[in-house]
Amino acid sequence: MGCPRTVCEVKETGRNNSVATKTGKNQMMKRLVTSLMAMTLAGAVHAENRLDIVVQPEPPSLMLGLVSNGPTQLVAGDIYESLLRYDTDLNPMPSLASEWEISDDALTYTFKLREDVTWHDGEPFTAEDVVFSVDKFLRETHARLRVSLEHVESVTAPDAHTVVFKLKQPFGPFIGVFEAGTMPMIPKHIYEGTDYKTNPANNTPIGTGPFKFEAWEKGSYIHLVKNEDYYLDGKPAIDDVYYRVIPDAASRAVAFENGDVDVLPGGSVENWDVKRLIEMDGVCSTGHGWEYFAPHAMAWMNNREGPTSSKAFRKAVMYATDREFVKDVIWNGYGKVATSPVSSKTNFYSDDTVMYDYDPDKARELLAESGYDGETVRILPLPYGETWQRWAEAMKQNLEEVGVNVQVVATDVAGWNQKQAEWDFDIAFTYLYQYGDPALGVARSYLASNIAKGSPWNNVAGYENPKVDDLFAKAAVAATPEERQALYTEIQQILVDDVPVAWQLEIEFPTIYRCNVKDLVTTAIGVNDGMRDAYLED
Amino acid sequence: MDIVTAIVGRLLKAVITLLMIVILNFFLIHAAPGDPAAVMAGEAGAADAKYIAQLREQFGLDQPLMVQFWNYVSGVLQLDLGYSYRQQMPVLDLILERLPATLILTLTAFGMSLLLGIVFGLAAAARQGKWSDTVITSLSLLFYATPLFWVALMAVVLFSVKLGWFPAFGYETVGADYVGFQMVLDRLKHLVLPAFTLGLFFMAVYLRMTRSSVLEVSQMDFVKTARAKGLQENVIRRRHILRNALLPVVTLAGLQAGQLVGGAVLTETVFAWPGIGRLMFESLTARDYNTLLGVFLISAAMVILFNVVTDLVYRLIDPRIGAGGAA
Repeated sequence: MGCPRTVCEVKETGRNNSVATKTGKNQMMKRLVTSLMAMTLAGAVHAENRLDIVVQPEPPSLMLGLVSNGPTQLVAGDIYESLLRYDTDLNPMPSLASEWEISDDALTYTFKLREDVTWHDGEPFTAEDVVFSVDKFLRETHARLRVSLEHVESVTAPDAHTVVFKLKQPFGPFIGVFEAGTMPMIPKHIYEGTDYKTNPANNTPIGTGPFKFEAWEKGSYIHLVKNEDYYLDGKPAIDDVYYRVIPDAASRAVAFENGDVDVLPGGSVENWDVKRLIEMDGVCSTGHGWEYFAPHAMAWMNNREGPTSSKAFRKAVMYATDREFVKDVIWNGYGKVATSPVSSKTNFYSDDTVMYDYDPDKARELLAESGYDGETVRILPLPYGETWQRWAEAMKQNLEEVGVNVQVVATDVAGWNQKQAEWDFDIAFTYLYQYGDPALGVARSYLASNIAKGSPWNNVAGYENPKVDDLFAKAAVAATPEERQALYTEIQQILVDDVPVAWQLEIEFPTIYRCNVKDLVTTAIGVNDGMRDAYLED
Repeated sequence: MDIVTAIVGRLLKAVITLLMIVILNFFLIHAAPGDPAAVMAGEAGAADAKYIAQLREQFGLDQPLMVQFWNYVSGVLQLDLGYSYRQQMPVLDLILERLPATLILTLTAFGMSLLLGIVFGLAAAARQGKWSDTVITSLSLLFYATPLFWVALMAVVLFSVKLGWFPAFGYETVGADYVGFQMVLDRLKHLVLPAFTLGLFFMAVYLRMTRSSVLEVSQMDFVKTARAKGLQENVIRRRHILRNALLPVVTLAGLQAGQLVGGAVLTETVFAWPGIGRLMFESLTARDYNTLLGVFLISAAMVILFNVVTDLVYRLIDPRIGAGGAA
């Protein structure tokens, strides 16, 4: 710590100001100012082996079993672990489980656990913890995992370091749910028999991960320290991690520029700042680390009523919108134009579908065919910052060019949720995670059984196609990947032709960081579990 | 009316006003579109209707509005502001945790703006029509008219990014673990930019108010009488002009002081200052009803408190108010 250079600069400043310092009082004031500035300048210099990372917004809690929103996953991904990790091609890798085996009938998953793992309070981690986490805790609290757990008949621990999951039927995506944010391991000795939500340990989370919780100054920062007893030799290499809460996007950009933070996880700054920041000396960026989530930006189109209930109109929207422009200008070239409901990063993607290239003339023809008579089409932007507002404006401009009357409806996050849940829109922007498999992150948006007013997170467009429903049901439980691929290809062909939703971009939120931070993004969930392997190069 | 009776009377009125505010806020917030359970469920990813219903039940949002209202009001009467379902802790604890940071910021800004506003206002009035008066009043007009967030960002660009004098954001140097004098200095340097930004607008207001009020009072008959009596000019200024000229400034300061608790949303956001303004904004986005209501209640209480204080300060500045019962 410490920085002679800045102190020298301060002294220099002091000398330059000395003309004005004649009296004793002024001398004192000068000393005060000098000390202030010395501390100011020294403030931005961090200790060795320390990383400062932006987290936005501030997580409501760090108990990953209870809260699984993005900011919580980012911070708590260093504290909690699961049985597996996934590389950027979504292949499983060891984590708390050192080996695993899937039976030939795809009904039994057997995991061998590492024997040298302890919780942060020193207690040993065993198979009983896994059974408790999955069968008791998460089955009750984890909205996303429990959908997958409906396929699980039993979870048992034949010995202290073996766990067996028995499924009711084959469930292809199951091998993809052993990620820390989806299935975090919870210490049985702390939570068993307690009210999970009010357990005092929620404020001082205890996991098996490479970092331990140290302090949380609400509204300011969360401090994690190296787990000295971590089971991997030499890891983690970082001593302290500070997650910094900075609510304003412009201030986050300045914080990075100033050297106050070292890592801007994807989506931390507005897109127009991205280019400027990554062109700075010693700054690197990567679009990797989102493969597991594969955020898929799309615009719901109301299939029930209004102009968007016409298939020809919906196809016209696809041809009228210049998505390459959006990618290149609004997203600075990051991401990829989406060609299907399944992201090309997700398993079972197929490009054997109709392609909607930008073609305004074709859009005009289709509009005429749809019988569109000039009604106002309401677009609901995603209220997540300026980038999304501009995106809605770009779509408005594109649609107006082919003769559609458009109104962009402004709202905030809660209002946006409600308007979608109440089906009060014509076109509504959103983006959804795919979690590596269409059965986990894609089917939910198109199944007729998933149409329910009151929730903004289901088949909001109101698309109904019994054939698609049937194919999705078969694909989820088909025994082999080949069978699943064939079924998902057929689904994609039907959906892309029906265009219930205007797919926009496979988003890549670039992670921006100092180039001396190495091995920051090595898995499919990127910075969320990146601190385990990250190190600082001299 | 003696001062004790006056205070008791004002406090009684204050309690009734507060209760009215609680009722009004409760129904206004619940009338706004949006559902906190849907926001939270959305953040959890892949939430189904069952999960949303579970959250509503957990936070009592599934009960009829009047039942929720009664639960809330009876809680408030026992000084229980409820539980924040988003932050997962009692609202009162949440507010108390954030209150010191906000008070440090707003009181500094308030003190600075009041002091500088009055000093420069007096200076401008004393030099009426001269170039220095023109400079002071023009600058104050500029500060008055410039949006706060722009001033904040420009202050960061100039004093933090370009000159490197002050930190761009935050409340303290994270991880430095300063103690004693060093800690105070560290907090002070973090305070400079946000306090300056927040105080600038108010300073301009007080400056203009002081200047015009001083000029107006200077022309009054009692000042001329004082001069005719042969009183020294500085006595006339201090006892006759200043005392009378400050009444409207005190009124304004009283009104604004109350708002300072809830009024620093922009400054706290731009400078990542961990105060109540930010808490309010975040709670609004998430429709965290209890936290929002709690912040509104505390802010309202502060406004009322400062109004009472203003009345008392009036009495000190202008003895006629107490004697004649003009309050």
